[in-house]
Amino acid sequence: MTSADREIETDTDDSEHAELVAELLDGRHRALARVITKIENRAPGYREIVSRLHEHTGSASVVGITGSPGAGKSTLVDKLAKAYRDRGETVGVIAVDPSSPYTGGAVLGDRIRMASNVGDMEVFFRSMSARGSLGGLSTATSDAVKALDAFGKDRVIVETVGAGQNEVDVVKTAETVCVLVQPGSGDDVQMLKAGILEIGDVFVVNKADMDGAQQTVAELEEMLHMRDEPTGGLQMGHHGPLSDGPGGASSNGTGDAGATEAGASETATGGSEDDGWEPEVLETVATDGTGVETLIETVGQHRDYLVESGDLDAHARTRYAEEIRQHLRADTAALLEEELVARGGVDTLAERVFARKTDPYTVADEIVGPLADCLRREE
Amino acid sequence: MSTQQEQGGRTIRCLIAKVGLDGHDRGAHVIARAFRDAGFEVIYSGLHRAPDEIVQAAVQEDVDVLGISILSGAHNTLVPKIVSGLEEYGAFEDTLLLLGGIVPDEDRAELKELGVAEIFGPGTPMEETIEFVAENAPANR
Repeated sequence: MTSADREIETDTDDSEHAELVAELLDGRHRALARVITKIENRAPGYREIVSRLHEHTGSASVVGITGSPGAGKSTLVDKLAKAYRDRGETVGVIAVDPSSPYTGGAVLGDRIRMASNVGDMEVFFRSMSARGSLGGLSTATSDAVKALDAFGKDRVIVETVGAGQNEVDVVKTAETVCVLVQPGSGDDVQMLKAGILEIGDVFVVNKADMDGAQQTVAELEEMLHMRDEPTGGLQMGHHGPLSDGPGGASSNGTGDAGATEAGASETATGGSEDDGWEPEVLETVATDGTGVETLIETVGQHRDYLVESGDLDAHARTRYAEEIRQHLRADTAALLEEELVARGGVDTLAERVFARKTDPYTVADEIVGPLADCLRREE
Repeated sequence: MSTQQEQGGRTIRCLIAKVGLDGHDRGAHVIARAFRDAGFEVIYSGLHRAPDEIVQAAVQEDVDVLGISILSGAHNTLVPKIVSGLEEYGAFEDTLLLLGGIVPDEDRAELKELGVAEIFGPGTPMEETIEFVAENAPANR
């Protein structure tokens, strides 16, 4: 790329985006990096870029790694990437780290652990910050995954701290979700209750050479089996509505019960009638690579299961449906924000509500009313 | 926050890199933290990186700013390697290259000639460095 090319990049016309996309598809690392930057910044034209990329996606298999801070996610990701590379596959990694809600600043430290893959450009590692206040982290992440997919990466690993709904949404963009737990801390298992237990396809007790590893494995096994018992099912029901809103059909199996009739018969161990995949609990020592091969095999088995049962495609459709909804929500919210400004800003309206001249519902009706009329007239 | 707003809401991304054999990264840590508090996104390379690794990280992370910390006196060997690596990937032109650490005065001119935007020695006030980054980080990505 010459410096002349770069000057063109500053304006935002179609041909420039087409060129960037062409370079990305051509395997240029710089173009891939720049596309992800545009996605992160929501720079002008990023939507067009992602739209152009979409038709080239769908070949990468996406693994999500989540777990509490210090569980060893980055180290394990490093070893996973290395193992995939040894098999001749190319790897993309998106590592999400928290950012300060006050300054927006962040120290993205996951890259330090990527010791096994230094100098190997076939491992494309990208740190992303949560950039909390903007929301839409899951949109940015899934767009970045698309960029890596279109670039031609065989494997994409998404790594995130499993702390809240945001992160759960991020990791749901993956086909296979690995939840990492470290031994000897009951707190971790407590954390798992708050929504992550349901999304894990594979559970990994890392640092398995530490005291208490066996107990943690046993605790996890016990909790996972509770999912299959009738009472466990009832508890799941409580979680259901929470995770079900935005695209949560994956864990709460009722939605795709029909799709798994073929695969359900072979689940001898579990009583889960609608989900033939029994989450496994594995042990690893990420620092020396112990158990990584088993993990890779299990991830492979899970993908095979998804393909055979038809869940892979079903999940993809669910994901796209959710993406559509998310874009619609964000776009209409932006439109309505414009309208708010045109009406003198939300503070003015709040003041009128405070003075008891109107109420929030009436205000909302007044603002959304014209939009609703307009949409309904179209038909 | 203010630096972010000046940039039109765009977050400045920095790679703070320790290259070569010197194992002293207190300065790099302090800078990383100060940059974070200034609202930048900071990626820290970790110790003992080879020039190739720094280039790989800078390209993949698409950073606006590459801050290299060298206390070992090997800057005349290491910095040119990083510069040519960045050029190879077309990433040199729009990366603000900074150098921190112990750099003798007689080496400065040559390093700046090479493409280092600024060199911050010991005792540089943090505000000065942050201000320099905020003003000079390439915009419009």
